[in-house]
Amino acid sequence: MRSHSADRWLPKLVLSPTLLASLIFVYGFILITVAMSFTESRLLPNWEWAGVDRYVELFDNDRFWTSAKNLAIFGSLFIVISMAVGLLLAILLDQKIRGEGFLRAIYLYPMALSFIVTGTAWKWMLNPGLGLERIVQQWGFADFTFDWLVNPDKAIYTVVIAGVWQSAGFAMALFLAGLRGVDSEIIKAAQVDGASLPTIYRRIIIPSLRPVFFSVALILAHIAIKSFDLVMALTGGGPGTATDVPAIFMYQFSFSRGQLGVGAASAVMMLMTIMAVMVPLMYAEAKSGAQR
Amino acid sequence: MKLKPIFAAMAAVSVFGAAQAAEVEVLHWWTSGGEAKSVAELKKMMEAKGHKWKDFAVAGGGGDAAMTALKARVVSGNPPVAAQIKGPSIQEWAREGALGDISAAATDWDKLLPKVVADVMKYKGKYVAAPVNVHRVNWLWINQDALNKAGGKAPTNFDEFFALADKFKAAGMTAVAHGGQPWQDATVFESVVLGVGGAKFFEDALVKLDAKALDSPTMLKSFDTLAKIKTYIDKDAAGRDWNLATAMVMNGKGGMQFMGDWAKGEFTAANKVAGKDYTCAPAPGTANAYTFNIDSFAMFNVKAADAKKGQADLAASIMSPEFQEVFNLNKGSIPARAGVSKAKFDSCGQKSMADFESTAKSGGLVASFAHGMAVPSATQGAIVDVIAKFMNSTMSSKDAVAALVKASKTK
Repeated sequence: MRSHSADRWLPKLVLSPTLLASLIFVYGFILITVAMSFTESRLLPNWEWAGVDRYVELFDNDRFWTSAKNLAIFGSLFIVISMAVGLLLAILLDQKIRGEGFLRAIYLYPMALSFIVTGTAWKWMLNPGLGLERIVQQWGFADFTFDWLVNPDKAIYTVVIAGVWQSAGFAMALFLAGLRGVDSEIIKAAQVDGASLPTIYRRIIIPSLRPVFFSVALILAHIAIKSFDLVMALTGGGPGTATDVPAIFMYQFSFSRGQLGVGAASAVMMLMTIMAVMVPLMYAEAKSGAQR
Repeated sequence: MKLKPIFAAMAAVSVFGAAQAAEVEVLHWWTSGGEAKSVAELKKMMEAKGHKWKDFAVAGGGGDAAMTALKARVVSGNPPVAAQIKGPSIQEWAREGALGDISAAATDWDKLLPKVVADVMKYKGKYVAAPVNVHRVNWLWINQDALNKAGGKAPTNFDEFFALADKFKAAGMTAVAHGGQPWQDATVFESVVLGVGGAKFFEDALVKLDAKALDSPTMLKSFDTLAKIKTYIDKDAAGRDWNLATAMVMNGKGGMQFMGDWAKGEFTAANKVAGKDYTCAPAPGTANAYTFNIDSFAMFNVKAADAKKGQADLAASIMSPEFQEVFNLNKGSIPARAGVSKAKFDSCGQKSMADFESTAKSGGLVASFAHGMAVPSATQGAIVDVIAKFMNSTMSSKDAVAALVKASKTK
């Protein structure tokens, strides 16, 4: 009887420090940030109530809308392309080829780098005066231009390129694990029925990867929304403010410009964005999980 | 919420910390070569006066990291004795009630400092900060070889400037070496406004943010001039660091660069000599004006008596001619106070010192907008956003002026 009651309280006791820490340091600080976005805070926190003034300022700021637009472009392309490339690589690797372990390691290696390294390396490669454009021109194609990095209208797509390079291998690893988990009996049955390989993938394997798609999208989405280091290293938010993203906006307004209130308001908007994307996804997933 | 006990604990720790503060703790971000050497000099002087120096150096982010550390310390009630803070940020900190009065140690400073500089160091008429150095921002750095080939005369107005730039361009070089980062864009913009409109207009527009001056034909012309300068900048400039642009002027890839006198540090480090390898000239049309960027130490409100004594000694040491000379020789800037010998400074430094004195009298001495001396950081940031957008898009000058007026209202 005694051991039975220990079973009951021990897990709770062991978990409580973690629970307490995340209550304070995650949810507590979220609450503080939300509260701060309704105050007159400037250089230092100041708890004088300001209503929605900070949000009015935020929505009146062109730079905020630039960064929101960039996040939409970057986020959607980054997630879609990373998943597409990752899935393609995973399917190709899944053909029981020789040297699979070696190739898998190569595709996964970018993930081992920090975004700062990725950003800096791509900055040099994409710089028209140093990298790709110069090399191709030296090869004799004098008309070749690839100046997206320094072109304010295209710079955000270079962030997508570098981001996909870094994260596609990670998506591949998850998809590959998913592919290996598909019951081979079903595939064999389909082959017996005379289904071609593309059909098998399209109709059987990929639909059965549903939970993997969900996890990959979830992880990539939060990488996209909090992206800061990659953009800082690759373009520094430039040219001008052309590749500004909400995380940079939040950092600069909170810590460089003494506008903690506006920074907090933009942080709350980022949280709302994440929730707007995640909650329906998680809800849909939980529902379909319950049905299964 | 159960945060109160935590705050109480933090306060208890900070009280304990203050009680044993027999040392002078100074927050700064001077961690690179010449700068670190300059700080070591200050440490030596303080130790000679019997104080224990505690270095609180936070590198990185052009001071952003240091500011974050400072905020944490001040909020927890345990500020350092002094911190490297400049410009209107001094006023912002003073308004938060964080700074202490050092008037007792600054009785003769009104005589030693030009009034515009003294005003930056004061809050409600009392000194709360000590100036360390003066950087001149409105410099134009020119490659001497290229200049000699093009006639040898530094441009004194924008017509001459563009004529020279055309010659540089014809010679196959990038006429204007520039780095496309917002603060560098703002540096060029500020020199252009000063050159086009003069010191009085500059002060009305970019220091006082007078709507009439901002929304004026002169401002429109400044943007037109800036747009023309843009055509002389290579397209790879986006994101380039300022010292790389300076290197372009050094090795002849670039003709000239608008940059403050910290660029001189780069030339000196590469063993280049003013007048032989490069020329320093005031930006076109700004010979009788001077945009200053002053580093200073703000003095925090410390309670303990020995900390107060250390603070007063620190302020006095910073303002002493010996320190101002040594520090500025190392850093490439000039002393903030009058009465320091010019003998050891190079020709650019001497010119800067002479112009500093003369413009202080003539009224041509104005606070640098681009380097956070003129307006609060929020307003400055909003205006810099407009300039950066103008430099990196096809925005018309008219739209830029409208955006500028709107940005200037940011509080």
